Amino acid sequence: MKNKTSSLPQEGEARPSRCPDNSAFKQQKLPAWKPQLTIAAVLSSFFLTGVFCLSVGVCLIISANSVREIQIDYSDKCSDCSKLRENSSNWNKECHCSVNFMLKEDMLGDVFMYYGLQNFYQNHRRYVISRSDAQLLGRNVNIQKSYCAPFTTYRNGTPMAPCGAIANSMFNDTIDLFYNLNSSVIQVPLLKTGNSWWTDKNVKFRNPKSYNLSSAFAGTARPPYWQKPVYLLDEEDERNNGYVNDDFIIWMRVSAFATFRNLYRRVRRIRQFADGLPAGNYTFHISYNFPVTKFKGRKHVILSTVVWSGGSNPFLGIAYVVSGTAATLTGFVITVIHLKLRKKKTFFQK
Amino acid sequence: MADPIRWARYRWQRLISTEGREGSSSNSSNKCYQSSKTTGKHRIVIPCLGHFKEEYEKVSKLYMNNQIRTTKYTLLNFLPRNLFEQFHRVANLYFLFLVVLNWVPLVEAFQKEITMLPLVVVLTIIAVKDGLEDYSKYKMDKQINNLLTKVYSRKEKKYIDECWKNVNVGDFIRLSRNEIIPADMVLLYSSDLDGICYIETAGLDGETNLKQRQVVRGYSEQVSEIDPEKFSSRIECESPNNDLSRFQGFVEHSNKDRVGLSKENLLLRGCTVRNTEAVVGIVVYAGHETKAMLNNSGPHYKRSKLERKVNTDILWCVLLLILMCLTGAIGHGIWLSRYSEIPFFNIPEPDGKSIPPTLAGFNMFWTMIILLQVLIPVSLYVSIEIVKLGQIYLIQNDIDFYHEKTDSTIQCRALNIAEDLGQIQYIFSDKTGTLTENKMVFRRCSIAGQEYCHEENAKRLESYQEMDSEDEDSADHQCGSLTHRSKWRGHDCRAVNKPLNRRSLNQLSGSYPALVREDGEGDVPHSGHVAFSSPIETDVVPDTQLLEKFSQISSRSYQQSEEAGRKLSLETTYITDFFLALAICNTVVVSVPNQPRQKMRQSSLGRMPIKSLEEIRQMFQRLSVRRLSSSPLPSVKESSSESPNSFVSKLSIFRMKLASPALDGAAQRAAECHSTDSPEDSQVPQELDTVNVAAGCEHNSAVSSIELSPLPKLCYEAESPDEAALVHAARAYKCILQSRTPDQVTVDFAGLGSLTFQLLHILPFDSVRKRMSVVVRHPISNKVLVYTKGADSVMMDLLRTASEGTNNSEMEQKKIKERTQKHLDDYARRGLRTLCIAKKVMSDAEYAEWLNHHFLAETSIDNREALLLESAVRLETELTLLGATGIEDRLQEGVPDTIQALRKAGIKIWMLTGDKRETAVNIAYACKLLEPDDRIFTLKSQSRDACALVMSKILEGIQKNTSASKKTSRKLGSVSPSPSTRAPGFSAGLVIDGRTLEHVLHDSLQNIFLELTEKCRAVVCCQATPLQKSIVVRLVRNKLKAMTLAVGDGANDVSMIQVADTGVGISGQEGMQAVMASDFAISQFRHLKKLLLVHGHWCYTRLTNMVLYFFYKNVAYVNLLFWYQFFCGFSGTSMTDYWILILFNLLFTSVPPIVYGVLDKDVPAEILMQLPQLYMTSQKSVAYLPSPFWITLLDAFYQSLVCFFVPYFTYCGSDIDIFSFGNPINTAALFIILFHLLIECKSVTWIHTVVIVGSILLYFVFTLAFGATCKTHNPPSNPYWIMEKHMTDPVFYLVCLLTTCVALLPRYLLRVLQGTLFLSPVLRAKHLDRLTPKEQREAIKRWEDDCIVNCRVEFQATSGSSSSATGAVSEEESIASVLPTSKAPLQACSRHGLVEDTSFLPDIQDESGTTNGLNSEKNIFLNSAKETNSDTFGSNNSCAKVSMCASEEGSGAVSLAHKAGLNSVLCEEDALMHFTKSECCLKPKSSNC
Repeated sequence: MKNKTSSLPQEGEARPSRCPDNSAFKQQKLPAWKPQLTIAAVLSSFFLTGVFCLSVGVCLIISANSVREIQIDYSDKCSDCSKLRENSSNWNKECHCSVNFMLKEDMLGDVFMYYGLQNFYQNHRRYVISRSDAQLLGRNVNIQKSYCAPFTTYRNGTPMAPCGAIANSMFNDTIDLFYNLNSSVIQVPLLKTGNSWWTDKNVKFRNPKSYNLSSAFAGTARPPYWQKPVYLLDEEDERNNGYVNDDFIIWMRVSAFATFRNLYRRVRRIRQFADGLPAGNYTFHISYNFPVTKFKGRKHVILSTVVWSGGSNPFLGIAYVVSGTAATLTGFVITVIHLKLRKKKTFFQK
Repeated sequence: MADPIRWARYRWQRLISTEGREGSSSNSSNKCYQSSKTTGKHRIVIPCLGHFKEEYEKVSKLYMNNQIRTTKYTLLNFLPRNLFEQFHRVANLYFLFLVVLNWVPLVEAFQKEITMLPLVVVLTIIAVKDGLEDYSKYKMDKQINNLLTKVYSRKEKKYIDECWKNVNVGDFIRLSRNEIIPADMVLLYSSDLDGICYIETAGLDGETNLKQRQVVRGYSEQVSEIDPEKFSSRIECESPNNDLSRFQGFVEHSNKDRVGLSKENLLLRGCTVRNTEAVVGIVVYAGHETKAMLNNSGPHYKRSKLERKVNTDILWCVLLLILMCLTGAIGHGIWLSRYSEIPFFNIPEPDGKSIPPTLAGFNMFWTMIILLQVLIPVSLYVSIEIVKLGQIYLIQNDIDFYHEKTDSTIQCRALNIAEDLGQIQYIFSDKTGTLTENKMVFRRCSIAGQEYCHEENAKRLESYQEMDSEDEDSADHQCGSLTHRSKWRGHDCRAVNKPLNRRSLNQLSGSYPALVREDGEGDVPHSGHVAFSSPIETDVVPDTQLLEKFSQISSRSYQQSEEAGRKLSLETTYITDFFLALAICNTVVVSVPNQPRQKMRQSSLGRMPIKSLEEIRQMFQRLSVRRLSSSPLPSVKESSSESPNSFVSKLSIFRMKLASPALDGAAQRAAECHSTDSPEDSQVPQELDTVNVAAGCEHNSAVSSIELSPLPKLCYEAESPDEAALVHAARAYKCILQSRTPDQVTVDFAGLGSLTFQLLHILPFDSVRKRMSVVVRHPISNKVLVYTKGADSVMMDLLRTASEGTNNSEMEQKKIKERTQKHLDDYARRGLRTLCIAKKVMSDAEYAEWLNHHFLAETSIDNREALLLESAVRLETELTLLGATGIEDRLQEGVPDTIQALRKAGIKIWMLTGDKRETAVNIAYACKLLEPDDRIFTLKSQSRDACALVMSKILEGIQKNTSASKKTSRKLGSVSPSPSTRAPGFSAGLVIDGRTLEHVLHDSLQNIFLELTEKCRAVVCCQATPLQKSIVVRLVRNKLKAMTLAVGDGANDVSMIQVADTGVGISGQEGMQAVMASDFAISQFRHLKKLLLVHGHWCYTRLTNMVLYFFYKNVAYVNLLFWYQFFCGFSGTSMTDYWILILFNLLFTSVPPIVYGVLDKDVPAEILMQLPQLYMTSQKSVAYLPSPFWITLLDAFYQSLVCFFVPYFTYCGSDIDIFSFGNPINTAALFIILFHLLIECKSVTWIHTVVIVGSILLYFVFTLAFGATCKTHNPPSNPYWIMEKHMTDPVFYLVCLLTTCVALLPRYLLRVLQGTLFLSPVLRAKHLDRLTPKEQREAIKRWEDDCIVNCRVEFQATSGSSSSATGAVSEEESIASVLPTSKAPLQACSRHGLVEDTSFLPDIQDESGTTNGLNSEKNIFLNSAKETNSDTFGSNNSCAKVSMCASEEGSGAVSLAHKAGLNSVLCEEDALMHFTKSECCLKPKSSNC
């Protein structure tokens, strides 16, 4: 189109007459659909939209209501630990706390365990960019050039692996879930892999190539806030260690909002947990490492099931219902207006 | 916006070009090439030959050679220079600033490289466009530079082929027929015997008629071709300048003799040599210094009103941007200060510390500016440009603008003001050639006070009127038998007429003349169109009465009738002279068609078979001898020896002329005519007469039979159509202009044979004198005769007045003058163009004396123009009035209709013309500019004060009228015979003449004048000079802040066209100057209707809608980012990948608005044409008032809110990551923005569909591909696999759907409500489109009635004319008459003004009917007026009585008007005319006293 319009008519030598072509395009007589806001079109559009939105909204609300979710704020319950963490010099002191809760009904289906953070501005511009994707791909790159600063190297020049503020501030609480069944405590089996996107795990994050992981990261150092180097993130599972550690990958996918949750574990559906979590008393055993008081943040642990329409957030359904209603109402109003109008002026509305 | 910068750039260019004379921007206006250090005011040209060699080397270095370069760039400087030019656009600078800003690490928001992308893309597009344009120019230049021409080579001692580019100043160039002149050169030799060369200047100014050029005096007598080796003169002339019509200088021979040079000696680059076998000239200006090149100012750029408005809105956007950035900065500061210690998501500086919140906020401000930069639409300018190109393309291709007869269509010369066409409030129109056809048709004439109506001629014209539209050629057949016209002209001339086109614009400007010739016409020796030669102009049916009288002349020549009355004989003389004057007093070139433009030699010579060069030489010598002879009778002798034919014919006419007075014994008549004649003259012929009667008779018939046969082949090429019309008229009476050379004119008179007049002088027409004269020596009486023709206003003052007592012939003269004046007034009233023809007989002594003075004037260099003028004025006195002619200039097809439509569209139309008042007013009526029931105010004051007084009185009157009660208006309505279609509202017209205009345009009166004109429906300015026209336009444009359009066709309209916002040129018969200066060139006035009503409306609405949409789009999109800042601590994060962010504007949503801007059609063309009222919406810029702008912005805010917050609440608290959150927002935004466009579109064609669907597909393809491939593209953003993931997620679709629906709902609702409740006219018109044709017609009619009702309400109709205005008149006049008066009438009448207050005749066309009824009254009235006049005459001096008369007439007229109801106009008119006349009469009187 651009070309068509910008090329001005070149006077053809061969054409004896300068009479312009009588083509539909040049004479601006292309057959056109002229959207006429006739009453039928208008009303049908409003009512159809209304009906559609209402039905979608109802479906969404129903499905959102089927989601079971429990969210526990443990920043207060582990106040001792949080006080300890306030002082950064105690970073290597361990602190544990446990949180009890009761499931009143079964959580059926896949149960996901999230940790939630509040007021943590992971979406801060300089935080978001403070990473080196190339390093995480296992390439040997000069991270000095990347946006990782100031978390690139130590003073002595040892590069950090992984570099950048995101990696440095990785969430490092460990949370275990115990099922208290008749005074016996059963640890709920949790899956720590398969939580991240497949593409992240298999394409976007790669460990440096070497015969073993520790040698791959030789010459690098852990980020300052970390307690252990990256190749010790998961000592049990070789395929979940280093950069391809699921927890790490999930953390590296920065959240959109200051209050967010990240998938931490999935309940492994075996034995009595084959159908999900049965109702009863549970306990979280939390190794409290991640300080949140500094930024007035809070920490949650969340158990939730998932449906096709996402989580328990009913907003979308409600929004659909509301807009559907609005559209239908507008339709009625327009009908009324039209009926009134038709009596008054008749000459143009046909 | 960029004016200071432009200025700076201009200065810079000038600097560059004067330093390195290479002057790459050579097409930019005229520069002074030679500064004073070289040659001062003059340039010296010397040939590079012989003894001049040394000086030549010295001088020629300073001059340019003939190589031209119109390109702006070279390969080397293209990039820097183009960039330099592009960065003059403020928007580009802004984006450059952003790019630079992004390199500051502290504030960087994007990756450094990405910010550059939009800028680079925009710059590249423009650079490529410029580069291509420049390249085509380069190719053209090269072609031209390599054209061959014959240049004299010193080495080889002959003319050799040389490229144009190698031609230097001082070179001798030899050109053959039909070759193009490569540089400006002084003509030194022409193969033509008279030293004449004809050139066709079509390549320069588009005028197809031939121009004569003359060999430099002194060289023309040379028999052989000039030998460059022997040329030993130096030429001194002006420095190069761009004035095509001026060239001054002299040739200094080796003996220090100087010969003056004028433009007659200069051959201009780009013109074509015609009719002349070979010419030789010496180059004086070459290359860029040629006049043609200096005139080539290149395309001009105007900035449209809309664009200016867009700029202010962009400023609003900047303000908005700053506001948003400030919000971000403050927000960031506050957010940071909430934390007592650094949170670890806030990255410390490299030194481990964190910057204080205030500083961080400050930095954030700049970051935000980078982030939100898209708010200022960088692509807007590019898009606007592209859209304008598209619109222009469509305008140019509109088949309705195609005019078959001239095979021309519209040309848009200014590419960027198409939308101004939609906002025109004032149209300033020329009359001649613009409203009229400029085909001058001889209608009537008055000779010696006797009128000849030419009824048959009128009938013929009427029959033409009908057939004109079908086929002129058929009419041709009809009339062909009546006149000596062969048919070829009808076919060929028009067919070959090559209209201007885009290419030839370039040629016209002088740079590419040669190529066009090559294109096709080159081989044909001549096939040019002969201007002013359509059959309607050439055919004149003679008036039977006059023809009878005329035939008596020829019969009387041998049938001496004793009883012929004195009166008749006197009349005969008059008639003879009259037609001689018609035939001679002009500058018409005669050519023969089948030997194209070979001028006709004297027939006796021309028919001689020329065998050898020797014979030619002999002939030439003979001729020159005769030319130089000055003794009284040698020519007779010689011609007798040469050919008996001419001798006899001369004798016969001579005898005829003088016999009658002698026989009558009324010697006074002869004495009057030949007052200074020596007595011998009257005796000699008588003898000759008797001797030769018999011989004359015989030979006559022979001659006529021979000479009549070539008649049909004569082609007249005139400079002005009037001239052509007169020559053709003379031809119809068998007074045929046979040939014209610089020193003789041959006229074949009434079958009496050829008369060869020795042409002594031509005093050409100029607008100051308003007349032209020729001085000839009569071949028989051998007296010097001056024939003058000119406007009656000036001519009447130049007539001979009684010097002593009341001589009989004096009385006769006076009578003739009075009668002729009456006829003239009558002609003017009929809308005819009038010319007075007069003659004067000079004695040799008188002539010699005058000649002396004239020669002095001619040879002076410095003050030549003024001296020549003075000399001319000295000659043109004491004239004897012969008669007057009335030439009709018919209205163009469809003019009244167009004017009515434009008027309905709310456009005020002014007519600015140089014609006299009566003609102008009549044309104004004919073309419905003024309507019968309009009240006409005529402003005609001699002084400024009077003018002011009159105007304020009129205004007062109007105001009183407007506030008058409705009752009176109704009363008037019932009285007035106005057609039912028009509301009987108040409407007034203002007529003002040139002299009054002068006063009115003075600073102190401007305001009141404008106030007055605003009250008037139409304004007619007559007798306005070109300068006044432009001043008027500028006044309205600047003071009223109105959009003006000037339309004209001639050179006199150029200044007005240039001043107006939009200049429209009509490519008519008067050359191409107007077209060259215009922004749009059309071939017919009626095309203006579609141009404005349809294309103007479309272009304007399209562009405004597109611009608004652009703002909407950017605001809506950028706000998404802004809202996100509230959730990321105002840290400047973008939730969309940067690439997608940038490409969103550049790629995904850029084409649909362009298509929308080019193709959208709110109302179909037919309805726009039928309902001109619709134009008002665009005229008042309804679509682009502040309110739509802000509504659009509000809507944009709303939509961005929806588009952001629906996904926000949906994903709030979930584990969504930042780019996955951005993706649905972005996608929804795309849909919203594109569907918004769809809602706004008034018509959706397949192109729209393709583009919109294509955009959506492109977006998805791009994001999918991007998401699949970029594992780690340049950090930090990383949309890897996000789109893919979302495509499988139903929530994504649901979110997009809901967002799109909710966001567009209000806009949709708004449109729905507009379509039902608040229907705008445009929408109503749109509805019409759906109706069946019949319903449509009814609806339109209903609409018009509606509109009239509205009008009625609007213009509170007014009461009957006048009482107040009358009061004003009489009051004013009484003041004037009381004033003491002095001698000189002009100054004395300082305080006298005349206002007329009239309501016009209902039907001016039906003159015969209505006028008759009125006549009686009128006459009585006139008589009474005369009486009063004469009373005062006796008692008082000139001024007082004039004003008195005027006042009497004025009040008389008014009272009469009351009596007669409405039909007082004519009386009024006459009163005024009488007034003018009396004024005229008085002037010479008083000077005598």
